[in-house]
Order: sequence, then C-alpha cells, then structure tokens
Amino acid sequence: MRKLMMKGNEAIAESAVRAGCRLYFAYPITPQSEIAEYMSKRLPEVGGTFLQTESEIATVNMVYGAACTGKRVMTSTSSPGFSLMQEGISYIAGAELPCVFVNVVRGGPGLGDIQPAQSDYFQATKGGGHGDYRLIVLAPSTLQEAVDLTQLAFDLADKYRNPVLILADGMIGQMMEPVELPPMKDISSLPDHSSWALTGANGREPHRIAAFNIDPHGLEEMNKRYQEKYARISLEEQRWEEYKTEDAEFLMVGYGTIGRILKSVVDDLREKNLPVGLFRPITLWPFPYKRLEELSKKVNFVLTVEMSSGQMVEDVRLAVNGKAPVYFYGRMGGIVPTPNEIRFAFENLLKEVK
Amino acid sequence: MVIFSRPKSLSEKEFTYCPGCHHGIVHRLIAEVIDELGIQEKTIMVAPVGCSVFAYEFFNVDGTVAPHGRALAVATGIKRALPDRVVFTYQGDGDLAAIGIGETIHAANRGEKLTTIFINNAVYGMTGGQMAPTTLLGQKTTTTPYGRNPENDGYPFHVSEILSTLPGVAYLERVTVSTPQNIRNAKKAIRKAFIAQIKGVGFGLVEVLSTCPTNWGMSPVEAQKWLLENMTKEYPLGVFVDKVGD
Ligand code: SF4
Repeated sequence: MRKLMMKGNEAIAESAVRAGCRLYFAYPITPQSEIAEYMSKRLPEVGGTFLQTESEIATVNMVYGAACTGKRVMTSTSSPGFSLMQEGISYIAGAELPCVFVNVVRGGPGLGDIQPAQSDYFQATKGGGHGDYRLIVLAPSTLQEAVDLTQLAFDLADKYRNPVLILADGMIGQMMEPVELPPMKDISSLPDHSSWALTGANGREPHRIAAFNIDPHGLEEMNKRYQEKYARISLEEQRWEEYKTEDAEFLMVGYGTIGRILKSVVDDLREKNLPVGLFRPITLWPFPYKRLEELSKKVNFVLTVEMSSGQMVEDVRLAVNGKAPVYFYGRMGGIVPTPNEIRFAFENLLKEVK
Repeated sequence: MVIFSRPKSLSEKEFTYCPGCHHGIVHRLIAEVIDELGIQEKTIMVAPVGCSVFAYEFFNVDGTVAPHGRALAVATGIKRALPDRVVFTYQGDGDLAAIGIGETIHAANRGEKLTTIFINNAVYGMTGGQMAPTTLLGQKTTTTPYGRNPENDGYPFHVSEILSTLPGVAYLERVTVSTPQNIRNAKKAIRKAFIAQIKGVGFGLVEVLSTCPTNWGMSPVEAQKWLLENMTKEYPLGVFVDKVGD
C-alpha cells in the first residue's frame, strides 16, 4: 500500500476517521491543535460532526453524551486540558461508555510549556479522576504505531465498553513520518450497541445510563463489576515490544518517544559489545508486568528512562519485584534526552555497579 | 371512561421529592407534553445533579445523568450524535446557573436544538439549603444566615434575561406552577420549548419559579405564597423570546 508523509496529529485524526469516528469535540491546545483543525475539515466530508467547544470540561461531557448513543466518538487535548477532563472521565468510566481520548503530553505541572513530556503517566494510568476506575492506555512510539493504535483504541473501547486513552507526547504529535493508513471502515459493520445505547425507547423499555447508585451496597456491586472487567483487561490486553532481549544482560525500559530513542542507544551499546536489550511497554495500563518480570530475572540491572521525574519506573519496580536493581534516568520540563546522554547515563551506571 | 390518568411518559417509580415541592408538578407537565406531541419513543432526557438526580428514572424515556452543571454539554453530545431525536435537560438553579452557567450560555448561543426545563427555587435543595445564584437579596439560607448581602454575596442572577440576548435562543419563558392558571401557562410554555426543538428553530428554555418548602422552612402553602409575593417580583413572569410562532 502507498505510504503518505503525515504529521503525527493528522495521522491520528485520519486513522480515527477511518476507524469510524464520526463525532469529535475539542478545545484547542498546543501541541495537538492540528487534530482539531484536521477534523474540522475532514469530518464534514464523511457526514460526521466536528464541534469546537467552549472548554475541556464541556468537551468531555459532550463526549459522554455522544458515547451514550453508542457511536464512535473521540476528543484530543494536551496535559492541562486533560486535567480539566478528569471528572468527566470518571463519569464515563463509571457509566461504562466506549470512547477514545488522545492526550499529546507536554511539560508540566501547571501551564508548563509546549514541549514533549511524559509527566502525565500517573494521571493517565492511576486514575486522574475520583473513584476506582481504569482507562486502557496506549502509548505509540512511531507514527505508524500511532495510526495502528488509534484503530485498536476504538476496538478496545467497544469491546470493553471502557474509555481508551492514546498517550502520545508532543514529539509524536508534531513530527512527520511516512505512514500506511488502514482502509475506511464501513460504519454499518461496527459493533452493535443497541442493547444499551440511548437512541429513544422506540418499541422497547427505556435505557438508562448513569454512574451512580445512592445505595452503598448497589454501588459496591457496580464497583465489583468494574473490577472484574479491569481484571479481564489486565489479563488479556498487556502489550509490549522487545528489542534485542534474547541475550540481553542489561535491560532498558522506556515508552513512546523514549522507546524509539532507546533503540538507537541499544544499537550503540551493542557496537561496544555490551549486551543490552529494550523493553517498551505499549499498553501503559494494563502494564505488561508479566513479561517484564520474566526478562528481569536474567539481567544485571534495569534502567528506566522517561521524560519525567520517574513515574513509570514505579510500575517497572513492581514488575521487576526485586529480581534486579532498577535505576532511573529522566529529563523534565519538556526536554527530550539525546541518545548520547542516555548512553553516558548507562555507562556511568555500569562503572558504579561494577 | 378514563378522564385522568398517569401520563405514558411518566414511569411507575415513586417521586423522591418533599411534600409541596414543585418538581412533581413540573415532571407531570413535561410527561403530558411528551405524550401529546407523540415523541416519547424518540425523546432522550438528561437529568442533573441535585434533588432531581433521579429524574431519569421518573420518565419513561431513555435517559442519563450528567455531572454537576454539565447537562447541556451532555445533551449537546447526544443531539449531535442523533439530530432527529428530541433531547431535553432538567436542571436546578445551582446546576444551571452556578457551576454550569458556561455550558448553559454556550449551548444557548450555539442555538443547540435542545429543550431545557430550568427549576429556579432560589436555594440549593439537595445539599441542604445553601445560597444559590438566584437567592433573593435578604433571603436567609444556611450560607447566608444574615440574609443575602450584595456586598459579600453578589446579586440575584437573572438567567432568562441574560439568555434572552443570545441569537441562538428560539423560545424562552419564565413561568411558575403555583396556581392552576399558572400551571396551564407553564404547560403551554414547555410545549413551545419542545416545538422550538422539533421544528429546528433553536434552543428552548422554560424557567419555572418553584418552591422548596423544606429548605425555605415553610409549609407548602406558605411556600406558594412566598413565591408569588417575593420571587415573582425579582423574577417577573413572561415570554422573553418566541421565534416559534403559533
Ligand atoms: S429539598 Fe426542596 S427542591 Fe429538593 S425535593 Fe425537597 S422541596 Fe424539592
């Protein structure tokens, strides 16, 4: 198939349209506003709806409403905007509605800056809103993967009736790469949600959707149902990529943009005859605990690299569970570490550990 | 011959409202209008947070509950997904005029083909009688124990007057249900606000001045009287916008 040169944000938008997304609500924020701009032009061409909202709070609630109808709906934002959406996301998770969020992460906290960062990991994977809920979180490291994971995001959302988050960073959003786009999905072939969706009670009992139960026992039952679902997702949906791990005696762990940088670090170190491998989580929740634990048994140490003060490293430690020492290297403020500085960090560690 | 029965669009579920509260009357009027317009099977309701949080169970239509203040954003999402359905929100003053005023103004300004029933009882009901944006000057609430004082608490908030300036609004009327005649008027207004949506003219809202005997600390009869004597002075009844015609 023909490859197209596309910007990350636009590739995600086009992939969403091809996945059958016909409703998109958003409030502009750098570095992902190209998604909104692209959708404003593209959705009318396919009979869809684009709406620029008055705020991220309105956005997430429009997503809630549209998701109630069972149609494929998406929004996109960047870190401060994602913070504003948290209450609504908690409601959507509680109401068990399928929809897709894209957070193109930038430096924080606060207004931060507009450069790529990974400091929203906690918020994305541990629940930024209130209550016991989970999002499925997918982290692409190339634009092709961003396109493919966008397709997967809609499918997983439908399959589990759960919101799915594509956690990219400013680098993925802003860079250009050749991508191969999937074919346009036929809307009529999408999963049927008529058993629960709000469509007007035509010839049936009314459907009612709500994330609340005033009776604590009832609410506990709802929560048990959520937890059973999360356990199932956790078992079935762990995804990751390995690179040169077969004979690895040292392991590097990183996701998203860092994942691709670490590949060249691994190659550099391999040239110096250092047997290093890469483990790149693709699902950040569910975190690929099982495979990482296995790998950690046969390595001298694990080095986690992130564009944050060290957030995913907590999950890495849980996975490794004492089987190897876990070290961390990170940059903050929207700085993308260079392969060289990561290599130095690794080599320094090697000296210290020896 | 049955001359009076439960509207089809009201469910069997018992109301959870206090004695003398107007929510029950307004629910019935909405259900009657839905029945008369023959739209029960294509209507979707969005309930608010507050005393009427269960409203989505009281109507025999598809429904959901929005986060506090966000009913008009949720309704916008539903309506944009299903433009040929009839979508309405039911919201109190805390929900619509305080935390959700942004969503309210922007949905109205976009001229969303939605209908909103806005219950203004000048107080926060469910949380136990605190000041609302619509609380009258001098009115005592649990957070204005000395009476609402504009120096500290600002002035009563006039939702209908503000929304009436927006071109997206197709029908806007302030009513009350405190006398039989007022009830008949209120029903006409609700009907028109639905027709504004069905005909695709724009956004329709009916503000209903209502009682909260519980938090006003009055008997139902005193509450009716207080409403007519005080609330209608601050919030005059009447049609603000009518682009629907007859
Ligand atoms: S607290 Fe007030 S508004 Fe709420 S149900 Fe009771 S009377 Fe009605």
